[in-house]
Amino acid sequence: MLTLYGTQLASRLLLGTARYPSPAIMEAAIRASGTEIVTVSLRRETAGGGRGGQFFETIRALGVHVLPNTAGCHTSKEAILTARMARDLFATDWVKLEVIGHHDTLQPDVFALVEAARELCADGFKVFPYTTADLVVAEKLLEAGCQVLMPGASPIGSARGLVDPAALVSVRAHFPDVPLIVDAGLGRPSHAAQAMELGYDAVLLNTAVAGAADPVAMARAFASAIDAGHAGYRAGLLEPRDMAVPSTPVIGKAVFA
Amino acid sequence: MTILIKGAGVAGLTAAFALVRRGHTVTLLDPADPGMGASHYAGGMLAPWCEGETAPAVVVDAGEQAIGWWDEALPGLVERKGTLLVAPARDQSELERFARRTRRHEWLDEAGIAELEPALAGRFRRGLFFRDEAHLDPRPALAALLEALTRKGVKILRHANERAFAQVIDCTGRAAIQPGSQLRGVRGEMLYLKTDEIALSRPVRLLHPRIPLYVVPRGEGRFMVGATMIESEHDGPISARSLMELLNAAYTLHPAFGEAEVIETGTGIRPAYADNIPRITGSDRHLAINGMYRHGFLMAPALAEDLAVRLEAEPQRRSATA
Repeated sequence: MLTLYGTQLASRLLLGTARYPSPAIMEAAIRASGTEIVTVSLRRETAGGGRGGQFFETIRALGVHVLPNTAGCHTSKEAILTARMARDLFATDWVKLEVIGHHDTLQPDVFALVEAARELCADGFKVFPYTTADLVVAEKLLEAGCQVLMPGASPIGSARGLVDPAALVSVRAHFPDVPLIVDAGLGRPSHAAQAMELGYDAVLLNTAVAGAADPVAMARAFASAIDAGHAGYRAGLLEPRDMAVPSTPVIGKAVFA
Repeated sequence: MTILIKGAGVAGLTAAFALVRRGHTVTLLDPADPGMGASHYAGGMLAPWCEGETAPAVVVDAGEQAIGWWDEALPGLVERKGTLLVAPARDQSELERFARRTRRHEWLDEAGIAELEPALAGRFRRGLFFRDEAHLDPRPALAALLEALTRKGVKILRHANERAFAQVIDCTGRAAIQPGSQLRGVRGEMLYLKTDEIALSRPVRLLHPRIPLYVVPRGEGRFMVGATMIESEHDGPISARSLMELLNAAYTLHPAFGEAEVIETGTGIRPAYADNIPRITGSDRHLAINGMYRHGFLMAPALAEDLAVRLEAEPQRRSATA
């Protein structure tokens, strides 16, 4: 079981709710994935301070945990305000904290991220920060009160997978007891399996499923890959070797020949 | 049979047209001016194969019929010039993905794009051309439908007693979004630019990772730029962010749009079912056509014809079971 802020979860997949062909397909994909946490963008789906209407009702009716996110926020102030709106709207103190620092790559502004995390944690929020694989930033987020870290694999929506696996390995090694979720940039089920094989606790996806030709089938494929990667990690993976290692003994063969 | 059609947007007017053509007596009811709901802000693109990128086959099939339907109903208003799809150099992979998900298109190189749209010469290395698609200008199109109906004696009322009619068809679109209706609103924002510095002959779509952006020439230097897709029923003015995204798209297509005048902005609430597929609901005396989503002009003809067929079949079925 995965434990995030005291909540036990059987699924190690967190799924976003943006960009599906229709709410009906979104709902079917969420169910097929077995996910217990869905992320919801507040800024993108509200307008004029509206309450989002039927779309949010659909999300609430799914009966899974809602992790509102601050996608699209470029300053800590904006992110904090969005987090507070989300708390009212979804009656949850969970928030995926995202403060964008670069318009084209959507890289997080880690300085504003730490600042916002500190204020939100002090205010009682359970913060899931979308961050880089930088160890110092990770330390500071933990100091700020975060109990989960979510380093990105590659730029949001890029489908590039784990561009720097060594950096992710290093985060895992330095924070063995902190739940770590790979967030952003995964494009294929094998990317998710790879993240899980590195010992990550979960992965967060959206575009890879929502943008697939068949989002429901893709949701299922990711769920299987995550299970396989996690099981593989738990089973103890072999390290790569330089030379061939025969699986049957060679020495002594003549005795039985 | 006397039929009351509530709502004179694209759904109501096409339904009226299909029924009147079959000899039914139809009255239209709309408390507001006809065609002033979401239809007023529509792109009017008859682009079933482009829509097939995310829309299911039923929308593509119905949309294919729509081109001929509109052309027959309103001769001269449908422009059969296809749709051109381009992407900024950094989003070339989006173009590949779009091509994989759709059919009835051909690849164009720089020269091919320049031949179709000289104004875009040298701006995009590759494009997709959907030759069989068409477009119309929704405002004159609905005005022409209404005029044709009026000529045939159809009255349009602001108030009516529903009980005086044998059959009521609810085509009220957004007004039907109520708890229990299964309908939701999807906000769409658009704007009109005016410039004489650039000319286009057909709708041009610019691939964007989140929303389908298009620029549709409307004649006299006017261009409609649309449209956002926001899960909200708020119909307030266009947001700064949406305005920026739409203007940015137009500017990316051609910098001359940067000098254009913004002559109109608008927001429409598109009614949609959970699967984004419109349908006929209800039974007996009360039927409804709703859930047009962003496919009003594309889907309304097929639904109007389905409705007409259904109304013709039902009296027989009733007498057969009586």
